[in-house]
Amino acid sequence: MEATIELTGLRKRFGPAQALNGMTFTVGPGQVTGFVGPNGAGKSTTMRIILGLDAADAGSALVGGQPYRALRHPLSRIGALLDAAALQPGRTARNHLLWLAHSQGLGAKRADTVLELAGLASVAKRKTGGFSLGMRQRLGIAAALLGDPPVLMLDEPFNGMDPDGIVWMRGFLRGLAAEGRAVLVSSHLMSELEDTADHLVVVGRGQVIADASVAELIAAASGDRVQLRTPARAEAIKALANAGARVAATGPGVLTISNLSSERTVAALTAAAIPFTEVTAHRATLEEAYMELTRDAVEFRAGARS
Amino acid sequence: MTAIAPYRSPVTPGRDGFAQLLRAEWTKFRTVRGWVVGILVAVLLTVGIGLTGSSGCGFNSNGTGACPAAPTGPGGAAVTDRFYFVHQPLTGDGTVTARVTSLTGVYSPSGYTGAPQTGPGALKGYRSGVQPWAKAGIMIKASTGQGTAYAALLVTGANGVRMQDDYTGDIAGLPGPVSAAAPRWLRLVRSGNSVSGYDSLNGTRWSLVGTVTLSGLPRTAQAGPFTASPSSMVLTQSLGTVATTGAAPTIATAAFDHVALSGAGGAWTGTSVGGGAARPGGGNANVNGPGNAAEPFNGGFRPSGTAGFTVRGSGDIAPNVPEAADGSGTSPTQVLDIGTFLGLIAMVVVGASFITAEYRRGLIRTTLTAAPHRTRVLAAKALVIAAVTFAAGLAATGVTLLLDVARAGSAIPPLTALTEVRMIVGTAALLAVASVLALALGVLARRGIAAVSAAIVVIVLPFLLAYIPGSLSTGAQDWLLRIFPAAGFAVSQAFPAYHQVVAPYQPNMGYFPLAPWVGFLVLCAWAAVAFAAAAYRLGRRDA
Repeated sequence: MEATIELTGLRKRFGPAQALNGMTFTVGPGQVTGFVGPNGAGKSTTMRIILGLDAADAGSALVGGQPYRALRHPLSRIGALLDAAALQPGRTARNHLLWLAHSQGLGAKRADTVLELAGLASVAKRKTGGFSLGMRQRLGIAAALLGDPPVLMLDEPFNGMDPDGIVWMRGFLRGLAAEGRAVLVSSHLMSELEDTADHLVVVGRGQVIADASVAELIAAASGDRVQLRTPARAEAIKALANAGARVAATGPGVLTISNLSSERTVAALTAAAIPFTEVTAHRATLEEAYMELTRDAVEFRAGARS
Repeated sequence: MTAIAPYRSPVTPGRDGFAQLLRAEWTKFRTVRGWVVGILVAVLLTVGIGLTGSSGCGFNSNGTGACPAAPTGPGGAAVTDRFYFVHQPLTGDGTVTARVTSLTGVYSPSGYTGAPQTGPGALKGYRSGVQPWAKAGIMIKASTGQGTAYAALLVTGANGVRMQDDYTGDIAGLPGPVSAAAPRWLRLVRSGNSVSGYDSLNGTRWSLVGTVTLSGLPRTAQAGPFTASPSSMVLTQSLGTVATTGAAPTIATAAFDHVALSGAGGAWTGTSVGGGAARPGGGNANVNGPGNAAEPFNGGFRPSGTAGFTVRGSGDIAPNVPEAADGSGTSPTQVLDIGTFLGLIAMVVVGASFITAEYRRGLIRTTLTAAPHRTRVLAAKALVIAAVTFAAGLAATGVTLLLDVARAGSAIPPLTALTEVRMIVGTAALLAVASVLALALGVLARRGIAAVSAAIVVIVLPFLLAYIPGSLSTGAQDWLLRIFPAAGFAVSQAFPAYHQVVAPYQPNMGYFPLAPWVGFLVLCAWAAVAFAAAAYRLGRRDA
C-alpha cells in the first residue's frame, strides 16, 4: 500500500476543454512506470491532482492509500518534481532544500545528503538563478528525495539534460526502482523512456490508452506485421490487397503488410507469380508502438464524434 | 517479473506541525537577500526621515532659540497655565461666589505675533472680539504656581458656562453668552477634596453643574476671580503645502460683582500666573482704567463698585496641545508619521512579494506540496511577515521617537511612558498588520505589480490624500482616516485633541479622527477580511 499511486476515474475540465476524461491506473512499487502521451494528453494535470494542487471534478487519487491533502509530512510519502524552474533565483540551492527540510521537520543534514545524491554538493552555495536547466533538474530530484519517500513522481525529468545527464538520470531512476520504490516518470517522447521504464501507461486525450509492460507493448505493436522486399511493388500491393492485407510502402522496394500473416503473404505472392527477395516478421520499436497507440486513439476519438 | 519489496525509508520522519511551517517560512524569508534588504531599508527610512524632522516651539518661543518647558499638571501631562488670577487664601471648607456681567476681548486679525503696538488708550492693530474659549470666572487653586490642582466655574466667549478642573476636565453649564442684561452667577463650594460648582441666572435659584475631586489640594488654597484669553490661531493652507499657523495674542476683560469669599477678610492680590517674563511686553500691573492697555498681556485688575472687579487677562488654563497657539512645541507624531509612512511602503512591498514571488516562479506549488493544509501555510506566512515587520518597526520607531524626544528637549511636551509605549508598540503593530494586509492582497492578486498597486491604493493613497493639506476637504480627509487602513496611524498620535482648546487638529499635525486603538482596529478589520478572503481563494483555487 505504501509505495503506490492509485487513480480511479479522474475527470477534470478547464473551461471548454476536458483535460481528464476518466483517467484510471495504478503505479506499483519496484519499477519505473513511464507515463507517456502527446502534449496536452493530461499528464501534468494528473500529476497536479495526485499532489492535491488541483482538485479533480470526479474520481480519486490516492498516494499510499490516502488522498494527498490527508498526508502527514507528505514529502516522506511521495517526492515530486513538477517544474524544475520553480525556484526563487536569489536563493541558494542549499537554502532551497533547507526550507523544504524545515517544513518536514527535517534538519540541514538531510539537505546536504540529497545535494550529494543529486551531484550538486559543489554548487550548494550558489544561487539557483544561475543554474542551467540540467542543474535545476538535479535540484528538483534532490528536493523530491528529501523525505526519502517510497513513491517518486517526475514530470519530464530529461528536459534540458545533456547526454551525460540523461545517462545519469536513467541509472538513477533504475536504482530508485531497484530499492523498491514506485517511480512514475512522464515524457512526451517515448525514446527517452526506452531502456528506463519497465511499465508504460500511455495516455491520450485525458484517458489511458494502454497500460502494460514494455515487453507486452512491443509484442502487441509488432503484431502480425510483415516486411516485404520486392522489385514489383505495384503488382504486389494489388495482389496483397486482394488477399485482405493492409499494405504500406515504407521504403524503396519495401512494403509493410499488416492483417496478413507471413505464410499467407508468401502464398498470395506465389499464386500471383510476383517476385520477392525477402519476407520477414516485423519487430516494432517502442517508438512505433507508441505512435500506433496514440494514432489509434485519435482515430477512435474522431470516429466516436461523428 | 520478480517481486520487489516496497521501499522502507531508514530516515525518521520529522515532526509535522505548525511550528515546522513557521520555521520553513522564516527560512524562506531570511534566505532571500532582497526581502532582508527591503526591511532594513524600511528601518533606515523610518529612522532617517524621523531624525531629519525639525521641531519648533510655536508661539511661545522667547526668541532665544530655546523652547520654554511646558509645566505639567497633576496627572503628569503638559499643561498650559497662564492667566490673571485675583485671589485670597481660603482655608478649609468654604464658598466663593461672583456674578459676571460682561466678557469682552480684543484680537489681532492678521495673526500678528510681534511686540504689541501699544499706545495710550488704544491697542494698535487689534480689533474687538472675544475668543470662543476666553474664560472669566471663579477658581479654587492649590497655589498660584503653574500646573497645580484647581477647580473653576467660568463663562466663556462662545461656549456658555463651564465647570473645569485639573486642566482637562470640562463640564457644560448654562448656555449662551454673558452680558449686563443676562449676567451669570457662579459659585464654587469646597468640601474637603471635593469642589462643587453651581450656576444661576439670578443668584437665588442655583443648579449644580458638577462636582469634582481634586487630589493635592492643600488645606489652604487660593480662591477668587480670574480671566484668561487663549491666543488666536490663523490657519493658512493651500494644496501641497503644510498648513502654517500664525498665532496672535488676545486679551479678555471681564466685569465681576457680588464677589464673596466665605470666612475671608483679607486683601485681594492679583497674580499673573505663569509670569510675564517670557511674554512680549512683560510686566505686571493693575488695570488703571477702562481701555488702558499699557500692559495688556499680563493682565491686571481694578476694583469697581461694591465687591466688584474688572479683571483683564491673557493666556489659557487648559491641557497643553502643542499645536495650539498657547501650546508649546511640536507633536513628535508629525515627525514619526512621515518616516513611518515611507517605511510602511517598503514593508508593504516586501509583504506582498513574500507571496507573489512564489506565484511568479511557480514555487507556490512546491510550498503547497510540502504543506497541503493551505490555510496553515498562509497563517505561517502571515505570522512570519508580521513578526519580522513588527520587530523592525519596533526598533525603527523606538529609536526615532526616543532620539527625537531627547534631541528636541523641551520643544516636545513631556509624554507619559504609557503614551510612548503605545506610540512605539502601536506603530510597530501598524506596520505588521499592514504587511499582513499586503500579503493577503498578494494572494488575491497573485501578480506582484497588481498586488503592490492594490496595496498602494488601499493603504498608502488614502493616507497621502488625508495628509496633504488642501488635497480634499477636511471632512473628506477625516473620513478617509476613519474607513481606510490608514486609520491605523491613529496609534501614533502623541497628544489627545481637546475640544476646549482651539488647534489645527489635522493629520499632518499628528491628529487623527479616531482614538488610537479604534483606528488600529479599523486597520485590523481590513487585514482580517483580506486574510479570510485570501484563505478562501487559496483553498479553493487550483495551484
